[in-house]
Amino acid sequence: MQTLDLQEIGLRQVNAQLHAQSETTNQTAWEIVNPKGAHAIACGLNAPIEVTVKGSTGYYCAGMNQQATVNIDGSAGPGTGENIMSGKIVIEGDASQYLGATGHGGLIVVKGNASSRCGISMKGVNIVVQGNIGHMSAFMGQSGNLVVCGDAGDALGDSCYEARFFVRGSVKSLGADCIKKEMRPEHLELLKSLLDEAGIDADPSEFTRYGSARNLYNFDVDNAAAY
Amino acid sequence: MNKHDPRGIPHTTPRQSATFTQDINSDIRRAAATGIYDIRGGGAKRKVPSFDDLLFMGASISRYPLEGYREKCETSVTIGGLHAENPIELDIPITIAGMSFGALSGPAKEALGRGASAAGTSTTTGDGGMTPEERGHSTKLVYQYLPSRYGMNPDDLRKADAIEIVVGQGAKPGGGGMLLGQKISDRVAEMRNLPKGIDQRSACRHPDWTGPDDLEIKILELREITGWKVPIYVKVAGARPYYDTTLAIKAGADAVVLDGMQGGTAATQDVFIEHVGQPTLAIIRPAVQALQDQGMHRKVQLILSGGIRSGADVAKAMALGADAVAIGTAALIALGDNDPKWEAEYNKLGTTAGAYDDWHEGQDPAGITTQDPELMARFDPVEGGRRLRNYLKVMTLEAQTIARACGKNHLHNLEPEDLVALTMEAAAMARVPLAGTDWYPGKPGTGF
Repeated sequence: MQTLDLQEIGLRQVNAQLHAQSETTNQTAWEIVNPKGAHAIACGLNAPIEVTVKGSTGYYCAGMNQQATVNIDGSAGPGTGENIMSGKIVIEGDASQYLGATGHGGLIVVKGNASSRCGISMKGVNIVVQGNIGHMSAFMGQSGNLVVCGDAGDALGDSCYEARFFVRGSVKSLGADCIKKEMRPEHLELLKSLLDEAGIDADPSEFTRYGSARNLYNFDVDNAAAY
Repeated sequence: MNKHDPRGIPHTTPRQSATFTQDINSDIRRAAATGIYDIRGGGAKRKVPSFDDLLFMGASISRYPLEGYREKCETSVTIGGLHAENPIELDIPITIAGMSFGALSGPAKEALGRGASAAGTSTTTGDGGMTPEERGHSTKLVYQYLPSRYGMNPDDLRKADAIEIVVGQGAKPGGGGMLLGQKISDRVAEMRNLPKGIDQRSACRHPDWTGPDDLEIKILELREITGWKVPIYVKVAGARPYYDTTLAIKAGADAVVLDGMQGGTAATQDVFIEHVGQPTLAIIRPAVQALQDQGMHRKVQLILSGGIRSGADVAKAMALGADAVAIGTAALIALGDNDPKWEAEYNKLGTTAGAYDDWHEGQDPAGITTQDPELMARFDPVEGGRRLRNYLKVMTLEAQTIARACGKNHLHNLEPEDLVALTMEAAAMARVPLAGTDWYPGKPGTGF
C-alpha cells in the first residue's frame, strides 16, 4: 500500500504519482490521506489501480476515470466521476450534484444519497445509488443505467434518449418525454447484475423501470410545449 | 396606372412597407406553413458596424514606414505561456475556429487541418469530438470542451495541443445547438452515442459547472488531467465582454476566445443569430480593457473571431488589441462553400450561391457541410487544404502590408492610434477618432 498525504505533498504530486502508474504497475494499492475536501483528487487516472481516499473530497474527484477503482471514504463533492470512461468509483457517504455527469462507461456506487442532476447527460455509465437522488437526474441521459434504491426527485430523466432508470421508491415527477416502462426479464437480469456488482442487496422485482417515450426525437410542432 | 381607373383618378405608386418587407413577409409565411422557427447556419447577416468602418492612416512625416519587400514584419504569436508548460507557437495569428465533425464532413475537417498546418497555424475540433483524420493532419489541434461532451474522452484530451472550454458562441450567446436527424449518419451517431437519424440537441450549459468559481475548479481539473502541459482557452460569445473576459482571467484561463455575432454556427434559430449578441467591432475594446485592468494584456492572449475575412480585418483586430484571430465561415468559403460553380444546384435548393445557409440539412452541393457520401466525394481534402493555405497566406501578406505601411515590424505592434473611424458608431465602439477629428463618442474628458 502506497500512502500519499495530500496536505504534505500537494495535489499536483498526488495526481502525478497516480498518473505515472502504467498498465502493468505492481503498485496497485494506493491511499490518499488528508484530502480535506480538495478538488480534482485522483482525476484522469488510467491504470488498473485501486485508490482509497480517506475522507471527503471536493469537485471532480476521479473525473474522467479509466480502469482505476477509486473509493471515497467520506462524502464526495460536485461532479465526482464526471465523464468516467471505465473502472469503478465507490462513495461511502453522500454525493453532491452532477455525479457521473456525461460518464461514458464504468460503474459509480453511492452508499448514501446523491444530489440533483445525478447522471446528467450520461453516455453509458452505470450508477447505483443506495439512497435517494435529487431533481433533474439523468437530464438528457443518452445511454447507461441509473439505479436508485430509494426515491427520485423532480423531473427524472427529462429529455432523455436511451438511458434506462430503475427506481425502487417513489419518483416525485418524471421529466419531459420520460415514462414508466414495462420491466421485462432482460431488465430484471440487468438490474440484478448491476446490484450485485455494486454489492447492494435488493430485490430487482421491487423496482420500476423508466425511460424515453421517444416523442421528442424529431421535432414536431405539436410537442412544442414539451421543449 | 390611371388608365385602369374608370374614374380617371391617379393611383399612387405601389409602395412596399419598410416594416413588412418581402423578407419579413416570407418569414411569416414560412412560419405559418411549418409551425417551427427557421434554423440555419452561418452568422448574423444583418448589417452591423464592422471593421469596414475603420481605416488605417498609414505612415507620414511623423511616422515612417517599413520597406515592403526588404524589412521584416513578424507575424508569429505564442498562446498560453502563462500557465502551460507547452504553449502554442503559431507562425501566423490567424487560427481556424472550432467546427464540428458532424456539421462538417470528415474530408472537410481534414482539409482544415491540412491548410492550417501548411500555413503554420492551429485548427480546432467541435461539438462532435476529435477525428483521427483531423488529428492526423493538424500539427496544432485545439480540442473544444463543450457542454454536450459528445465524443469527449480523456485520451483525445491528452492528444490535444490546447483545450478550449466553450462557454458561448457569437452566433448564439446562451444557446445550445441542434444537429438535425438527416446529418446523424452511422459514424456521427456512434461518435455522439446517439440513435441514428434523431435530432440531436446540444446543451447550452455545461453539465457539471456553472459560474466563474466552478470554472476555476474545472480548469484545475483539466490541467491536472493533462499534467499542466497544454494551454487552456475559454471561449465566450460577445455578450458582456468586459465581465466575461475578467472572469475568464480570474478563473485561470491562458487565453480568451471572443466571438462576435457575425461568427457562424452550424445550426441555430435565425432569430437567435440575428437578435442576440454584439458585433465583433463592439466587443474587442471592452475585452482588451479587462485584460489591461487585470495587468494581463499580452500575457493572457485574446483571440477574436466573428466575420474576419481579410488581412485588413486581421490588422484591425490586432491594432485594437487582439493577439490573434480565428476564422470559420471564411475558411469554409476558401474550401469552396457557396461557390458559384454550384449555382444550378443551389437554385434547386431554393437559394443561390453566397446565400446558402441550410448547412444543417446536409445537402451542401459543395460537399463540405454534409455527411452524404455522394456529396462528400465532390470535395478533395488535398485541394481544399491547398486553397485554405493560400487564403491564410494572402491574409497574412495583406496584414503585413498594412503593418509595414504603419511602420510596424510585428503585427502586434499595430495600435489603436493607427486607426480612424468612418462613422460615429464605429468610433464609439472601437474608441478611435472619427476621421478628421480627434474625438470619439465616449472619449474621457469630452463630456459625451
